Amino acid sequence: MNVQLIVKRAGPAMTLQDLGRPNRLAQGLSQGGAADRLALLEAAALLGTQTVLPAIEMAGFGGEFQTTAPLRFALTGGAMAAQIDDTPLMWNRTYTLYPKQTLKLGSVVRGSYGYLTPAAPLATPAWQDSQSAHLLAGIGAMLQSGTRLDLGTDPNLSQPDRKISPSDRFSGGFIRIIPGPQTCLFSSQTVERFLNTRFQRSPQANRQGVRLDGADPFAAQIPAGLASEFITTGDIQMTGQGVPYVLLAECQTIGGYPRIATVIPADIPKMAQAPVGSMIEFDLIPLEQADHDCIDDAKMLQSLRAKVAPCIRDPHDIPNLLGYQLISGMIAGTEFDEDTNDAIN
Amino acid sequence: MSAEPALPVPSLSPFGLTSIVVRFAWTTSDMATRAVQNFKYAVDQSNILGIVETATALASVIISFDRAITTRAAVSQQVQQVLDGTDWTITPPPPVRRIWHIPVAFGGDYGPQLDQVAQMIGRTPDQAVAEIAQTDLRVLSIGFAPGQPYVGLLDPHWNIPRQTELTPHVPAGALVVAIRQLVLFTNPSVTGWRQVGYCAFRPFVAERTNPFALELGDLMKFQVVSHTDMAQIEATAENGLGGARCESVSPQ
Repeated sequence: MNVQLIVKRAGPAMTLQDLGRPNRLAQGLSQGGAADRLALLEAAALLGTQTVLPAIEMAGFGGEFQTTAPLRFALTGGAMAAQIDDTPLMWNRTYTLYPKQTLKLGSVVRGSYGYLTPAAPLATPAWQDSQSAHLLAGIGAMLQSGTRLDLGTDPNLSQPDRKISPSDRFSGGFIRIIPGPQTCLFSSQTVERFLNTRFQRSPQANRQGVRLDGADPFAAQIPAGLASEFITTGDIQMTGQGVPYVLLAECQTIGGYPRIATVIPADIPKMAQAPVGSMIEFDLIPLEQADHDCIDDAKMLQSLRAKVAPCIRDPHDIPNLLGYQLISGMIAGTEFDEDTNDAIN
Repeated sequence: MSAEPALPVPSLSPFGLTSIVVRFAWTTSDMATRAVQNFKYAVDQSNILGIVETATALASVIISFDRAITTRAAVSQQVQQVLDGTDWTITPPPPVRRIWHIPVAFGGDYGPQLDQVAQMIGRTPDQAVAEIAQTDLRVLSIGFAPGQPYVGLLDPHWNIPRQTELTPHVPAGALVVAIRQLVLFTNPSVTGWRQVGYCAFRPFVAERTNPFALELGDLMKFQVVSHTDMAQIEATAENGLGGARCESVSPQ
């Protein structure tokens, strides 16, 4: 059965994102896709889907959603205050939304980007093999309140709810980097100082990149008229004032600012999810180690599928334990006819 | 501002985990621009296993590979073999596969800085326009915006610097010039380049059957049209092609 997911109320920065469009540098189009790709792989593992499905990416704020038919979904990435009608939800697990219910997602409480992934694929045609909005390129648009997303079929609608423990990437910390083609434009003292700096993730951030505050400018020894070169997700650019920007999924393809190093793909989710003000430090690792440790999407998905667990009603899983009527058995008689939510009154 | 970095050119550098960059110069130069076009073509022709994309910036080439098929070491070694032993600045340019004929209106509102540019290169405005129309120009690089071409090279007297003050707004379709190159803007933009002309051709239209019109290496022939004709083209042209025509050149 086909389903429509209705965006009743859209937060200010909601877009559809999948894994983007690789290998289009020759056309001036960066890969784009989810700022935190791992969140999409986690959603695929949770939902048990064959492929990685498009998600609604929500920067900072969620929204309200309804459905025209029962719809499984996963909540992954940066955790947000979440409820269906008045029932609080856990993050990093699946639920089913039924018609007439409203899924409400509030502000992000850990990390920066939350993901709502329906278990049914989008029915609308992909553009150049992807559903991802790429706003810098003028592809797709922000999701607006009132948007109705046509979805296909979820073949596993009856699958019991499942949960996963996400890798810890929502509070900044150490980010691994490798040398790049322009690292040699920086003196060894400058590189050393960069590696010894504790940065703060600036409020200035979007899908194109994240600014890092907290250090004196980093100067490059650049020849006058440095030619623009290809840039990529993870590159750490020193802008005109010598302030570092880490490029994210929706960066441009060519840039003229000198780049000191590149964040390894595995740590991009941690960089993207680092909340405003969190501490960031860089760890320069040898290229050979980065190569050796690199895990492709298929292998990562396989290992995530093995980490998924069924949801059992363990007290630790019940989000608002105090809201439940644990002592209702202590009072005698008439309360059995009442709405259990009112039993204490 | 300092001397050239110690790393000599041409050089091959790892870039991320799935690309390498071959740099022919640190700054833009005619020699480097020629070399990257010729070298990219040679890499494409060499059919190295596992390469998924090659692309040219103005002084460097990026070569991306699929880690599931090959390794950086294997790709680097084979690319180095292609690189070695040839002076890429003097090899013949890659063969032309496609020729674009693109109507352009110059001067006036369509090219507000034409007179200034003509003066800078020591020509009359009409002579400047004729030179743009008659030079064999190739798509050298595509970037900054999707599908947006860097076109060149014009003759050496066109080596004019960018403006120090930015022009706050040029429209999509603006043809701008600096450092022997033309850029055809795909979106309204701020620019340090000088606008000499305007076309109704849009290199990138997401909704078009072929969203990206241009390919690296395409030959660009700018056809001079009157302002009246341009207004007419704008009113009637569909699909963002702006009256442009693409001619395929069969291999020799």
